[in-house]
Amino acid sequence: MLAADRTGEKFQDKKLKVGKYEFTSRLFVGTGKYPSMKIMAEALEASGTELVTVAVRRVKINESESLLDYIDTKKYTILPNTAGCFSADEAIRVARLARETGMSDMVKLEVLSDEKTLLPDPIETLKATTVLVKEGFTVLVYTSDDPVIARKLEDAGATCVMPAGSPIGSGQGVLNKNNIRIILESAKVPIIVDAGVGTASDVAIAMELGCEGVLLNTGIAHAKDPVRMAIAMKLACESGRLAYLSGRIPKRLYARASSPEKDF
Amino acid sequence: MKVILNGEPKECPEGTTVEKLLDLFKIDKNRAAVELNLQIVPRKEHAARILKNTDVLEVVTFVGGG
Repeated sequence: MLAADRTGEKFQDKKLKVGKYEFTSRLFVGTGKYPSMKIMAEALEASGTELVTVAVRRVKINESESLLDYIDTKKYTILPNTAGCFSADEAIRVARLARETGMSDMVKLEVLSDEKTLLPDPIETLKATTVLVKEGFTVLVYTSDDPVIARKLEDAGATCVMPAGSPIGSGQGVLNKNNIRIILESAKVPIIVDAGVGTASDVAIAMELGCEGVLLNTGIAHAKDPVRMAIAMKLACESGRLAYLSGRIPKRLYARASSPEKDF
Repeated sequence: MKVILNGEPKECPEGTTVEKLLDLFKIDKNRAAVELNLQIVPRKEHAARILKNTDVLEVVTFVGGG
């Protein structure tokens, strides 16, 4: 239940639509790098998320524990990623394999440029988007915060454009709010900030800007107490969304008194 | 005969199908996708597709990721 629900129907938000999917929670959460699968499951639950990202990797023969033992696929929508791909062809291959599992037709498309920065390769990302959209995938595409490439990805048919707040796993938050604002101004598809979230206020900032949601992983998974941090992220996401919908006051250079200035 | 399964040579009987190979190595069919010599084998063809000596298979599933 969202915190806003407790204050009555009046403040209920519309659902987040991603293609044919609908979500009440606007927080998307990754499943990587938790201290244990058990803690991951608890953190996902605490975050209130309804969509979790996963990676596609070789089956390990004779390994008994599976991620999917800890994820209720009736409760969570699965968003497979193409992490670790450095070309359009590799990413397309991984996306096709992911769909073949029969668990999701969504893909979090990421085509990276190099291992050090993990910044997206915009040209390969655009190529892969075009192909996967044609093949009927629901494409949620990870990109830089460049408004031009964001628009081109939307034009190529991406269901959702997901600019990075800052580099993957860096915890630097939303570094260029102005770029996110420019992306939001013209976007007709949901804009989800993906990557770079370090703490709750980073999520709130993205949501206050008017993003439709936030995707994060490391910020929860590597916190000292992932489950508690998951709650913090959930509340920040809701707070930021409520603040955005409320319409904030403009910033002023000078003071403006809150109490009457006359009749005393 | 010998096939390459996820990069490792594995022995299996002549006439083994994709489905039988998954069973042989206790791989959960409902959570895996199979690529045979770089071509995806759709799930509904697993039971019928017979493997040949030196075939290269990639079998993938979902793991934790962001």
